[in-house]
Amino acid sequence: MTTKLDRRPPASAPEAKGFRKAILLVERGTKEAIWDCRMCGQCILHSTGLSCPMRCPKSLRNGPCGGVLQNGNCEVLPDQPCVWVQAWEGSRRLPLWRDHMEHVQKPVDWRLQETSSWENLLTGRDRHAPAGWLAAGEGDRER
Amino acid sequence: MSGLPARSHLHRLLASGQFVVTAELQATDSPDPESVYRLADLLRGSVDAVNCTDNSAAHPHISPLAAGHLLLDRGVEPIVQLACRDRNRLALQADLVGAVALGARNVCLMTGDDVTAGDHPEAKPIYDIDAIHAIQIARIMRDRGIYVSGRRLDRPLPLFIGAVENPFAPPHDFRPMRLGKKVEAGAEFVQTQIVFNLATMRVFMARSGDLGLLDRVFILPSVYVCRSAGAARYLRDMVPGIDVPDSVIARIEGVPSERQADEGIRIALEIVEELREMRGVAGVHLISIKGDESIVRLVEEAGLLPRPGAGFP
Repeated sequence: MTTKLDRRPPASAPEAKGFRKAILLVERGTKEAIWDCRMCGQCILHSTGLSCPMRCPKSLRNGPCGGVLQNGNCEVLPDQPCVWVQAWEGSRRLPLWRDHMEHVQKPVDWRLQETSSWENLLTGRDRHAPAGWLAAGEGDRER
Repeated sequence: MSGLPARSHLHRLLASGQFVVTAELQATDSPDPESVYRLADLLRGSVDAVNCTDNSAAHPHISPLAAGHLLLDRGVEPIVQLACRDRNRLALQADLVGAVALGARNVCLMTGDDVTAGDHPEAKPIYDIDAIHAIQIARIMRDRGIYVSGRRLDRPLPLFIGAVENPFAPPHDFRPMRLGKKVEAGAEFVQTQIVFNLATMRVFMARSGDLGLLDRVFILPSVYVCRSAGAARYLRDMVPGIDVPDSVIARIEGVPSERQADEGIRIALEIVEELREMRGVAGVHLISIKGDESIVRLVEEAGLLPRPGAGFP
């Protein structure tokens, strides 16, 4: 229900029920099993070599931090390979989307956590970004 | 790299093609302004700008905004570092406005060492946004005069925006591309991780050149002035992302301990000389843990004096 005082932004997802809940469960079940998906609700897996960036302890969306160990493991979890080393290698193996590693990804919309990225893709919710971010598109740079 | 008027002393020097020297301030644990003034007095005249670190290695120290303000009190231009580890997008923007209000113009935006690397490993890290987001948000506040939400600032922030990059950490092939993303987001200068491995640095610079980045961003590699073999080993073993070749450690170990500090300066000097010859290197960023005097000595012995400081403030 929307009233004048309802400050919920359009990007916030309503409660998942019925068919939508089924989609959520299928997505979670498959993507968690295959990619250790963290259900951020704004999936960019295809742009990151099929390595989920939300598994990075620093939640980085645009590439590895400077702390990657010389053996390619994570600074925070030294027993595990860096998610972004895997992303880079994975992206080189993909037939498509390899150049996506060069794209600047927008900040995470944390309201979409635990929602279905499939539904958000269809509804366009995952394309929502702060107005200022969108305003800073290409071509208006003062260099 | 910019047709606009320079936004800072550092910007002006870089734009004029001067080989610049920046240094990292040993952030103090003292509420006494004298603790920063003393370092400012030591470094003034030897370097062009000084980085105010942001809880470096995830240990709390004096805030970078406060340290930057105190440096300005003593006529030293600050580079205010801000890390995403401790601040979400609201806090970042608040600090950017605050930094400018206090007189700072240079900022250096980074993800930050994880809390597990510091003395408060039980803390909740933030990581709301990553370094590239932070850089683009700073650019939005500068070029459009708005917060990332779209709300207007009273006036645009005259920031000179910096970033960091680590050519020495895997995945090496992606590092130049990641630098490219930072430039795309708005980074105008970049300070690299500490250089010991010149071969890797050369490849990084060449690849960055292939991507057309050397004309779009000022690159300042970091040089560490090592005071002892123990310090070199600490860097190799305890600081993630640093590549200290065994040959460097062997070389410092090879001299008696009372002369190791001299050998450390000699090694740093050789690295500075090599870097000066590399295309696209716009200056050097000097780091020494608890050894600000050795930075002054290095600048002198490298023939980098006098610094062109007449234009500041």
